[in-house]
Amino acid sequence: MRWDKVFVLIIISALIIGGAYLAVDPIKENLNLGLDLKGGVMVRLQAQGEVDDRDIAQIIEIMRTRVDSLGVTEPVIQREGKNRVLVEIPGIEDPESAINLIGKMALLEFKTMNGEVVLTGKDLAEAQEAKNPQTGEAYVGLKFNAEGTKSFAETTARLVKEFPDSPDMRSEGRHIAIYLDGQMIQNPYIAEAIPSGEASISGGFETLEDARSIALLLRSGALPVPVEIIENRSVGPTLGADSINKSLQAGIWGLAAVMVFMLIFYRVPGIIADLSLVLYSLLLLGILIAINATLTLPGIAGFLLSIGMCVDANILIYERLKEELRNGKSLRAAVDAGFTRAFTTIFDSNVTTLLAAAVLFFMGSGTIKGFAVTLSIGILCSMFTAITFTRFVLKALVDSGLAKNTKLYGA
Amino acid sequence: MDFIGKRKIWYTITLVLLLISIISLFVQGLNFGIDFQGGTLLQLDFEKTDVTDAEIRETLAEFGLEKSSLQRTEDSFILKTPELNQEQQNNVLKAFETRVGEFELLRSENVGPVVGNELKRVGILALVIAFALQIIYISFRFEFRFGIAAILALIHDAIITVGLFSVMQYEVDLTFIAAILTVIGYSINNTIVIFDRIRENLKLMRKEDLATLVNTSIKQNIVRSINTTLTVTFMLVALLVLGGETTRYFSLAMLVGVISGFYSSVFIAGSLWYDFVPLVNGQKKVIKL
Repeated sequence: MRWDKVFVLIIISALIIGGAYLAVDPIKENLNLGLDLKGGVMVRLQAQGEVDDRDIAQIIEIMRTRVDSLGVTEPVIQREGKNRVLVEIPGIEDPESAINLIGKMALLEFKTMNGEVVLTGKDLAEAQEAKNPQTGEAYVGLKFNAEGTKSFAETTARLVKEFPDSPDMRSEGRHIAIYLDGQMIQNPYIAEAIPSGEASISGGFETLEDARSIALLLRSGALPVPVEIIENRSVGPTLGADSINKSLQAGIWGLAAVMVFMLIFYRVPGIIADLSLVLYSLLLLGILIAINATLTLPGIAGFLLSIGMCVDANILIYERLKEELRNGKSLRAAVDAGFTRAFTTIFDSNVTTLLAAAVLFFMGSGTIKGFAVTLSIGILCSMFTAITFTRFVLKALVDSGLAKNTKLYGA
Repeated sequence: MDFIGKRKIWYTITLVLLLISIISLFVQGLNFGIDFQGGTLLQLDFEKTDVTDAEIRETLAEFGLEKSSLQRTEDSFILKTPELNQEQQNNVLKAFETRVGEFELLRSENVGPVVGNELKRVGILALVIAFALQIIYISFRFEFRFGIAAILALIHDAIITVGLFSVMQYEVDLTFIAAILTVIGYSINNTIVIFDRIRENLKLMRKEDLATLVNTSIKQNIVRSINTTLTVTFMLVALLVLGGETTRYFSLAMLVGVISGFYSSVFIAGSLWYDFVPLVNGQKKVIKL
């Protein structure tokens, strides 16, 4: 018995088990969860027609203003491909209204009766929701900029002049219709020329909330080109929590089954394999946190899957080890031969899985990318633990003389 | 077990399974979910616990959506309708609230046809690229005949997995592509490990005839093949049973692929290689690597 080696083994086991125990909380706190796990909304927009980089940049800017008005933390708004924008809003109370807000074009137009556009959202300086103290009706107060004020004054003056009222009837021509996204919301009568550059949109708002969202849309400006929502997904927080719970259950039972199996089948090396599984999980989760990766539900599936795959390296090594022992090699020589021979196999078999994961990463989007990331990091970690940790501990075990009987190695 | 000697049996089983898969794919195709087809998914958890399918369908019928698919989970309903715009969806949800009762909207998904078609295209492209990369890698690491045999086994796994989803009409969603690609990356491992052994034994067992050599190589690896498939299976079964609705089809596809991968690597790949050898060397004893 070599006590120094025994000591090393005890220290290592204690470190891993203790580390795992201590790491649970920090992992829970720091792991970035995807929308499908913590709940939230994802909206994919596609700009219609010819668009250039400036249009997309402007769309993103406008989306940021709109989403920020919802008062959410850490929304993600990014360009996708040539003409798409992806908006992700985690942890939102009312996904439906968020989607409505995002999908609005917010194109404001003031049109005369003959269809002439006299003012647009570009002429606005301010838009603010308010409530009429007398009627309680919600409205949006508008203030035009200098240019807008000028043309609004001119137009109203012109209309008043061009379409004089007859004594018993108001003139049809003295209306300026207000359109939002091509829909007429109001068609007010112009009683007199308005030089002040102020106007209001009333009617059509059931609550102050409604008026507020329109005011916000107008403030943040109209989108430079029409956009269409081509995909939206929302997950409520309950379902997200439920998914985490279920995956955790699956993970615990699956892991337990794998560990028991390894223990029964490979005995002493099985213990090492089980320890390496724990180390592997810690390593993988640690790296995911370090690179700030987002864990999605498919990502969790990938993680669990990789635990099943991770033991393969151990299995390959131990099978070789058993074989070498049966061929009459000494324990120490068998361990060495097992590792050398198994290494190329482990390498080859992992490269092919990595290739597939790489394809997924580069071609997939969203949750699938999350899966590819976890799987790839998983494969690398499993290779790393097998050729460093398993090897080191197995050698230390053999050197320590704790387990000399080859039966303990399943041979 | 004599893998090579009985290979006609394995080939027959394989061909029959492949045939069933391919016929099913042509006849009834795949049951594409909304990810591919476009459409709307709503998952509702009603406060009342005695909501019936009929109640849901009646409400859907108001909107001409009675043909939508309806699925019950432990505590919620999953509805899949043709694509609804935001306004239509709001109306449907309001109708549920008034006609059936209060509910929590657990999940809603709207996928337009553009996205679905694109996903099909990207999915197929991803498969082709993954196959190509595997062929390149195997040809680089092994000789050509190993490469062909391994790829055939791999195509077999992919067809069997897709085929089972077609036969059973299981839903094919976004994660299905991930599952198939992972199967492609993973199940080739088993084949590689066995070929690796054949290559090693070609140097060690020069006097043996080829059939014995291949048989021995497979046998030397059989425990490892079984065990490694088992550990992955443990994980996948746990996910399938406990993991919930969202990852169900992913785990199922992986499970089929992994089991098929085990079968093809043990029973098919080695035999194929054995049959390919004389096509180049003319006889079974002399092989140059």
